[in-house]
Amino acid sequence: MLLFQPLYHFGRYCLMLKGAFSKPENAGMYWKETIRQMVSMGIGSLGIVCVISFFLGAVTTVQTAYQLVSPLVPLYVIASIVRDSAILELSVSVLCLVLAGKIGSNLASELGTMRISEQIDALEIMGVNSKAYLILPKILGALVAIPALVIISCAVTILGGYTVSFFTSVITPEQYLYGLHDKFVGFNVTFCLIKAFTFAFIISSISCYYGYFTEGGAFEIGNSSTKAVVWSCIFILVSDYVLAQLIL
Amino acid sequence: MIELQNIKKKFGENDVLKGISAKFEAGKTNLIIGTSGSGKTVTIKCMVGLFEVDSGSILYDGRNFSTMTLAERKVIRKEIGMLFQGGALFDSLNIEQNVMFPLNMFSTMTKKEKLDRVNFCLDRVNLSGKNKLSPSEISGGMKKRVGIARAIVMNPKYLFCDEPNSGLDPQTSLVVDQLIKEITEEFKITTIINTHDMNSVLEIGDHVVFLWKGLKDWEGSGKEVLTATNPELDEFIFASKFLKEIKNRTF
Repeated sequence: MLLFQPLYHFGRYCLMLKGAFSKPENAGMYWKETIRQMVSMGIGSLGIVCVISFFLGAVTTVQTAYQLVSPLVPLYVIASIVRDSAILELSVSVLCLVLAGKIGSNLASELGTMRISEQIDALEIMGVNSKAYLILPKILGALVAIPALVIISCAVTILGGYTVSFFTSVITPEQYLYGLHDKFVGFNVTFCLIKAFTFAFIISSISCYYGYFTEGGAFEIGNSSTKAVVWSCIFILVSDYVLAQLIL
Repeated sequence: MIELQNIKKKFGENDVLKGISAKFEAGKTNLIIGTSGSGKTVTIKCMVGLFEVDSGSILYDGRNFSTMTLAERKVIRKEIGMLFQGGALFDSLNIEQNVMFPLNMFSTMTKKEKLDRVNFCLDRVNLSGKNKLSPSEISGGMKKRVGIARAIVMNPKYLFCDEPNSGLDPQTSLVVDQLIKEITEEFKITTIINTHDMNSVLEIGDHVVFLWKGLKDWEGSGKEVLTATNPELDEFIFASKFLKEIKNRTF
């Protein structure tokens, strides 16, 4: 039984995606819902993304300086490390783990509440494909909003480090700017975006899965949200490793 | 007219519906009554396609719903309106948007035509001018009435109501019951109400089906339930000592 449980969930998840990616009854309504989701996820998460990213950048700058004790390593390397850490990991993987908590739990609890209050049944009885109407806009919304947040996060993380250079003696602003430009690899940004799209799909689809198939009451909604966040985080970390191994 | 032909439904080893047959005519308020666990909700969910029957047929004016494809069912579903126990209003939309939702999704009406239709339906359930309120700002009775307005906005041929009086005070229940009856007669809808409210049975029950342990145990009109000789129905109707005493004095 324990062996079949993951297969059962995987099969139901695939069927959910098949249902979600089917022809919309009314494209206009789906478009409006997609825009609403983009605004909710994007604008709704912008504040926390900026705060987290700024301090990640600042802390990375200070801690990298602390570890660079060799006088043979020039200080502008700190900025290069902050830049590459932000683009390759901090502003993608770490940020998406945070977004899995914020957006993932939100999606799962929204759909879970709709399920137990019979709103999903109401849609089905009207003749609306509830999987497509509720899940597709959320996935599309996440695929636009999350990569956009990741790009903003990269910029704010680097800005966080730059701000440190003004207020501390670990690195000067000139050294920081020089380090940012030094040996910049454009492909890292492409890799960052590939990861962002993958994580956006993982967060939205897994959270929708747990929310959509909620059964019971308020306690189960909480359970669904928790499972959505936990499994999103696990799959983000696994796919992070797989993508790094495959692409880099 | 909706016809059930020997429908059966099992959940694991639990036989919930053991072969129910019944006919529900248009323009009449058809009530399904029974104790908790008798199979009322499962019957109604099978009829609207939220559950699949194991065997038997559900005919909507002769069209066999149980053997239809998903696409064919969608056509029937556009002819169905349903009022849920809690109203099942969409939290993110206001009253007007809730009622307009099926029109936005399926009709080719202009914006003005849609708004006129929504206002007509809200007026019909005595909620004129409440368009911009959100579901969280209205009472349970109002939620049910918005649910009715949303259910009738597409001019349905079939109306299903799942315990429309649950959680309502007796006066509001009466208002909701009368509203459903008026709409049923006015638009010649086949209405099926799942309830265990005896006031509804006596007030609006044109045709009553009593379910007991997954079987149809009795069928008749709302007035006949008081004089029926079926022991299970008798036990259900006159459950309290007070009602038993009244029955002994009256009949």
